[in-house]
Amino acid sequence: MRASLFITCYNDTLYPETGRAVVSLLERLGVELDFHPKQTCCGQMHSNTGFRGEAFCQAKRFIKMYQDAESVVIPSSSCVAMIREQYPTLIHELGNKELLKQYEAVLPRIYELSEFLVDKLGVEDVGAYFPHRVTYHASCHSLRGLHLGEKPLRLLRKVKGIDLVELPNIDRCCGFGGTFSVKNAEVSSAMLTAKLQDLLSTKAEFATAVDNSCLMHQGGALHRQYAGMKTIHLAEILASTEGHQAEAAR
Amino acid sequence: MSEQLDHPILDPRYAPPFPKAVLPVLRNPQLRKNVAHAIDVIQTKRARLVAEKTDWQDLRSSASAIRMHVLENLGAYLEEFEKNCTARGGIVHWAKDAEEARKIVLDILREEKAEEVIKIKTMTSAEIQLNPYLEEQGIKAYETDLAEIILQLGKQEPSHIVVPALHVNRAQVREIFSESMHLKDLSDEPRELTNAARQYLRGKFLSIPTAISGANFLVAETGSVAVVESEGNGRMCLTLPKTMITIAGIEKVLPTFKDLEVTLQLLGRSATGERMNPYNSIWTGVTPGDGPERFHVILLDNGRSSILAKETERQTLKCIRCAACMNSCPVYRQTGGHAYGSVYPGPIGAILTPQLMQMQHAQSLPYASSLCGACYEVCPVKINIPEVLLELRSQVVNQDRKKLAKLFDPMHVGLLVAGRIFSSAWMFHTAQWFGKIGLKLFTRSDGWIHSLPSVGGKWTQIRDLRALPDEPFHVWWANRKKEAR
Repeated sequence: MRASLFITCYNDTLYPETGRAVVSLLERLGVELDFHPKQTCCGQMHSNTGFRGEAFCQAKRFIKMYQDAESVVIPSSSCVAMIREQYPTLIHELGNKELLKQYEAVLPRIYELSEFLVDKLGVEDVGAYFPHRVTYHASCHSLRGLHLGEKPLRLLRKVKGIDLVELPNIDRCCGFGGTFSVKNAEVSSAMLTAKLQDLLSTKAEFATAVDNSCLMHQGGALHRQYAGMKTIHLAEILASTEGHQAEAAR
Repeated sequence: MSEQLDHPILDPRYAPPFPKAVLPVLRNPQLRKNVAHAIDVIQTKRARLVAEKTDWQDLRSSASAIRMHVLENLGAYLEEFEKNCTARGGIVHWAKDAEEARKIVLDILREEKAEEVIKIKTMTSAEIQLNPYLEEQGIKAYETDLAEIILQLGKQEPSHIVVPALHVNRAQVREIFSESMHLKDLSDEPRELTNAARQYLRGKFLSIPTAISGANFLVAETGSVAVVESEGNGRMCLTLPKTMITIAGIEKVLPTFKDLEVTLQLLGRSATGERMNPYNSIWTGVTPGDGPERFHVILLDNGRSSILAKETERQTLKCIRCAACMNSCPVYRQTGGHAYGSVYPGPIGAILTPQLMQMQHAQSLPYASSLCGACYEVCPVKINIPEVLLELRSQVVNQDRKKLAKLFDPMHVGLLVAGRIFSSAWMFHTAQWFGKIGLKLFTRSDGWIHSLPSVGGKWTQIRDLRALPDEPFHVWWANRKKEAR
């Protein structure tokens, strides 16, 4: 099977280890990956902040770039939700019929990472080993945007050595919200503080999620507080094996 | 700061922007505890009662369809309501804005020679700021909803549309009642508190012959008005007075009586976590010898028809004012309602208020959301609040693009520049390089950034930021390909 990796601007710039983990995980499962070197951003930051013109340019770039991809794998649920939920509005407002047709053609081939594993590859046990206490944060977009449901948890439950603990108030936002975290920094901080209380109550070593954006938010505060808990993307846990542990766990 | 807290401004024309208005609230432990506690109680009840309805999603779809159908045919249904209400002895007035509505109320009260009036809890009256207006005209309005009494006697502002005093706990209620009713020995036992309110209200019910209400629904087919409530004080206002004035938003109409079956099932569960509201009052015109002899309905536009005309925004008017969106909102949970600077707080307020203001005020409200989607998930009439928030944000940005001053706003300029950067790979990769070098200045020996200037400082106020890695993913990928060759 072949798949094209859209790594997202965020992961490319800030979390390349997540991208490397996706590559190692999917290649281990026999997927032949390619990577378009000219990819940038899906447009989410601009669209969510109200800059539709800018967002549309990025959406158009994305749609054209992945026209011929067999599958597109994206390790970020909020970017996938952007493509599924907001591209139609942008195209309706600023695009044309031809672009809409191209969009509709590529749409069914777009997968968030855990969707790709569970729905497309049909695997839950990816042969991972991660001997740590972990709690799973269900990001808003994974939960209410993509309706991933239990998929990430099903993958985590099959990881050898893992001690998976449930996060209280799992459906509550951590307060990141992209530019919300700086436009409404104080409310965002209050929401994050509440989330940290829930995270720390699990006594986990790691908090994981399918979005590095939420994890950067939570991880930044955990680091500031010397809380003794780290954040790690789901891909990095799933890529970990006995011989090769994730960088965050070394 | 404390002044702001004691007297929050619920007028979008004068209220401070949301990020500023939240500051005193966020530092107030009592208020935050009260809000979180009240919300948890309602949410737990709601979740239990929604779970027992196996057809909940079908009900939501039906209600959404009914409400949307009404909005698409609003003129016809309002005329039908007017015709049927008038035929049964009601008098229908049309008010294009708050000023007109207030004037109509005043004229009726003058004609009735009323110096006092009792009120059923109504959002439209709060929206048009009726009480202070009547006060200026020498007419005293008495609230009869328990929570509204607490606010009125305590000189406080509502912070929620269904439970407007949810930011007040019972110890505070005791203080307010004890002081204003001169009851020195009052305890904070709920029974004693409600008894005090009952004594206070009885006198009003028996002596004031004029009442004002809102409407949960208007029924076009029959010309009826429906009000639901929990305490029965509304029922008292509906039966004892001689004159009733109902102020209803024009969007409140339903086509047929049968449509109440759908909406009332959703409303009680969504609003207060009850299978059915304890008091459901539905009345049609006037009935000799039974209830008010004179009945007026004021159909209030006040910005609503401008919302109606817009495709994405129209759904805002489907709202049945259940407040499930604010109860589920993680932002509202931290801030309560006052910071929204309007009588309509929470997610629905964040989309409704700026639109009622024709996008001339309250531009910070569409940004008062992390777009987590919890509001949409619980909305009984499926208002896609995040979608409307995004639409309004785009309108705010389009206004901003024309403002020269915005070129000094680092956030605005940053997004314009980022838009250019993301339009080509080489610009993106160059920006990554400059970002990496630039941030090195702020990076500590542990590889993390603890403090940043300007907008970045908003992030680092409680979060660290890991320094940018030496090798972005695309570089790693390119090198790996080279090695493989």
